[in-house]
Amino acid sequence: MNTEVAVGSALSIVKQITVEAPAERAFRVFTANMGAWWPREHHIGKSALKDCVIEPRVGGRWYEVTEDGESCDWGKVLAWEPPTRLVLAWQLNAQFAYDPSFVTEVEVRFTALGPKRTRVDFEHRDIERFGPMAAKLREEMGGGWAGILASFAKEAAGG
Amino acid sequence: MANLSGFAALADPTRRQVFERLARRPSSVGELAEGLPVSRPAVSQHLKVLKGAGLVTEEREGTRHVYRLDPRGLGAMRSYLDRFWDRALAAFKEAAEKETDS
Repeated sequence: MNTEVAVGSALSIVKQITVEAPAERAFRVFTANMGAWWPREHHIGKSALKDCVIEPRVGGRWYEVTEDGESCDWGKVLAWEPPTRLVLAWQLNAQFAYDPSFVTEVEVRFTALGPKRTRVDFEHRDIERFGPMAAKLREEMGGGWAGILASFAKEAAGG
Repeated sequence: MANLSGFAALADPTRRQVFERLARRPSSVGELAEGLPVSRPAVSQHLKVLKGAGLVTEEREGTRHVYRLDPRGLGAMRSYLDRFWDRALAAFKEAAEKETDS
């Protein structure tokens, strides 16, 4: 019975990290400074990635700007609640092409653990929408999640 | 990096169309060529690249060769995103801790 419930649930990538920074700064760096930390080779424009922009409001665009000045949409802002919560629509499909009718959600929650420490809960959900074969992927998820949580627990204990 | 070849394979718009059609339903070369503005040999060529990238599999059904998406290809997609976010969040953490509040 539990298995049936699990099969009906959405497929997500879930991560949690702790950042040694106030929640306000963590939220600001994640959003306004995304271009400073986003892995450079992960983008869809033709020329090199110059910046990543999140327009700071619900309905705002989430896009990249390339060195050639080209702007490519990645998605949009679904929830904008600084400094505690952000939900982005990731609208790059399995072929890494922007598709306005394709939506997967990226939710990031910032919880202050102290004046200079913030827990960041991350989820990229609706992964099953990437393709009709997603049901198959569930089988691979169990070990993946357990492994991720174990490594974060280790990091949290060490750091 | 092996996964990247899958995404590189999908950089070609016609190849992407072939892939998207197969995502909707398994098809033969002939069926794919009917709905696309390219020749059968061109479709075969695209299928060969997609197959080589691990995104598509080929099966014989009677006299037909039927192509369908390789579920392992999407497993690669998921693990690619998983590893991507690990890297991105680690870089974010570093950036947030380095910065000072002004």
